[in-house]
Amino acid sequence: MDTFLLLLAPALAATINAGTPLMLAAFGLLVNEKSGVLNLGAEGMMLVAAIAGFAVTSATGSATLGFAAGALGGMAAAAFFAVMVLWLNTNQYATGLALSIFGAGLSAFVGIPYTGMSLKASSTAIPVLSKIPFIGPVLFNHHPMVYIALVLCASLAWFLNHSRTGLVLKAAGESPESAHALGYNVRMIRFAAVLFGGACCGLAGAYLALVYTPMWQEGMTSGKGWIALALTTFACWKPWRVVAGALLFGGVTILQLNLQGLGIAVPSQIMAMLPYLATIVVLALISRNPDWIRLNIPASLGRNFNPNAA
Amino acid sequence: MLDLKKRSTLKAGLLVFASSVMLTACGEKTETKTAAAPAATPAATTTAAAPAAGPLKVAFVYIGPVGDAGWTFAHDKGRKAIEADFGDKIQTTFVEKVPEGADAERVFRDLASQGNKLIFGTTFGYMEPMLKVAKDFPDVKFEHATGYKTAPNMSVYETKTYEGAYLAGVLAGKTTKTNKLGVVASFPIPEVIRNINAFTLGAQSVNPEVSTRAVWVSSWFDPAKERDAAMTMIGQGVDVLIQNTDSPATLQAAEEKGVHAFGWDSDMSAFGPKAHLGSAIINWEPYYKKTVQSVLDGTWKSGQTWWGVKENSIDLVNVNPSVPEDAKKAMEEKKAQLAEGKAIVFAGPLVDQSGKEVLPAGKEADVAMLKSMNFYVKGVEGSIPK
Repeated sequence: MDTFLLLLAPALAATINAGTPLMLAAFGLLVNEKSGVLNLGAEGMMLVAAIAGFAVTSATGSATLGFAAGALGGMAAAAFFAVMVLWLNTNQYATGLALSIFGAGLSAFVGIPYTGMSLKASSTAIPVLSKIPFIGPVLFNHHPMVYIALVLCASLAWFLNHSRTGLVLKAAGESPESAHALGYNVRMIRFAAVLFGGACCGLAGAYLALVYTPMWQEGMTSGKGWIALALTTFACWKPWRVVAGALLFGGVTILQLNLQGLGIAVPSQIMAMLPYLATIVVLALISRNPDWIRLNIPASLGRNFNPNAA
Repeated sequence: MLDLKKRSTLKAGLLVFASSVMLTACGEKTETKTAAAPAATPAATTTAAAPAAGPLKVAFVYIGPVGDAGWTFAHDKGRKAIEADFGDKIQTTFVEKVPEGADAERVFRDLASQGNKLIFGTTFGYMEPMLKVAKDFPDVKFEHATGYKTAPNMSVYETKTYEGAYLAGVLAGKTTKTNKLGVVASFPIPEVIRNINAFTLGAQSVNPEVSTRAVWVSSWFDPAKERDAAMTMIGQGVDVLIQNTDSPATLQAAEEKGVHAFGWDSDMSAFGPKAHLGSAIINWEPYYKKTVQSVLDGTWKSGQTWWGVKENSIDLVNVNPSVPEDAKKAMEEKKAQLAEGKAIVFAGPLVDQSGKEVLPAGKEADVAMLKSMNFYVKGVEGSIPK
């Protein structure tokens, strides 16, 4: 039993660590989508933020400034998307896809001088608490951003369900015409939501480049933006379920690596597929129950709203 | 409100803009290093006559960006080295980020018709395209890395990366406290299995107690997953790691957790100054130099080359000052034996995982056995994924 716990603690800690960037990005996309805008450019925003964060931290040595730069980088990419979609009324799906490709290319180009550089790996432990056996290494030995993500989750849950602004945001996503008729500026509400989405994806990208693997490599997000997009649907647009889903997706990868390390033979290709398989299974399950998904999916998700035509 | 036509124009404009940036960022880049080629260039396509005055044009085609800090970076270092060695006798060109497949054929054809007389392709997947182009340009010499097919004007070359893994194993065997070693592995192909075995055998040569385990990430390059794999093994008690993948994430993970690891293909010490025990590197210069010289002399012949420590193609460099003197000495001794050409890595008696003898005492593994290796030696735990 003791050896089992000894093996379990690092696996659980790694799961939390692996789930954090997914969580951060998915929170942003959730708010984004609650306002009725679907931004498929998550991958591109994360990459832009990753290189922005890495460049700033390697120049200044400050991780805090790096995260700020990452959030700003993500917001800049999101602002570009927002102008196209909200003011020029371009198709949300096409623009989002373009952003994800554009972000990948731009970050690769800007990142050329930074390949082969490394940031100092830092270990962060909360004093006293991290010394508790088992619980310490699992819960209290993480980067501050892990705890910020959880605080963000609680704030979001409150914001969406218990604040007036949250209700207005949801109104813009459910029925932009009604919100407009009531005198709310739907365009600005959506703009703010898209910027928030960019900032969160930015934090996720910066987390990858500054904390998870403290280096810059072209295309280093390797699909995490897409998983975060799937995660919002998986979670039926509920913040706490996003946390559960992120831990599940992170956990599947960690589990398969742990099984391998223990010498349990599972074909590596099948194990590499598991996170994606889990996504498909969950999507299939929730789509079987249309009431479930309809209760939570923003009714106007992906539909443009032009106040001048309303 | 914008009319429909204008909207679609905007959309198209956006896509064109995005894709043009993509092209600039990711597209191939040809960089000719030597100043203005002599006016004779067009002649190259019209006549294949005796080597005219003017430099020998040598071209390199890479799978990755030259800044990948690993595989392609090492090849480009070789290119720069021969440029320095031969001066104005040669003129080199490289094309980076060329995907394996049909696009590679176009690049090879382009380079051959631009008058390059010696063309290197540096990844396995260039084999078929190169073979096709080689047929159409009989007066151009083609050199393919890590493949197995040859033609009258096409050679293959490779390096014995397993010798570097073996030397790393010696340091690992001397350094480990838990006697548990780990390998972050890419795909279960003979090359990678050979490296896992060599790493284990190197460690066992100085410490019979060690065991090795491998975790497969099913990718050559996925930093986050490589890190997760390394962290997993560290959590299971492994305290020295090596990777047969392309990113330095394993070394970074070791640095973070206070254990040890190695650099692979290139010197990666910058990614983990404390954790880094040494880097098993590939030095392509000796082979590139020999090949260019033979083309200049007119003695080039098609063939297969597999060079290692003896030819200075493989080395273990930048050993951490914290490594104890006796460990360093043990490694240097093995390196000296390899440099003399002794086949000490896969030499009998060699026993596989199940205890079966695969090579009797006094025998050495031949190339066929090395190139088709599909078993773990004794001391490696787990099984090879099928």
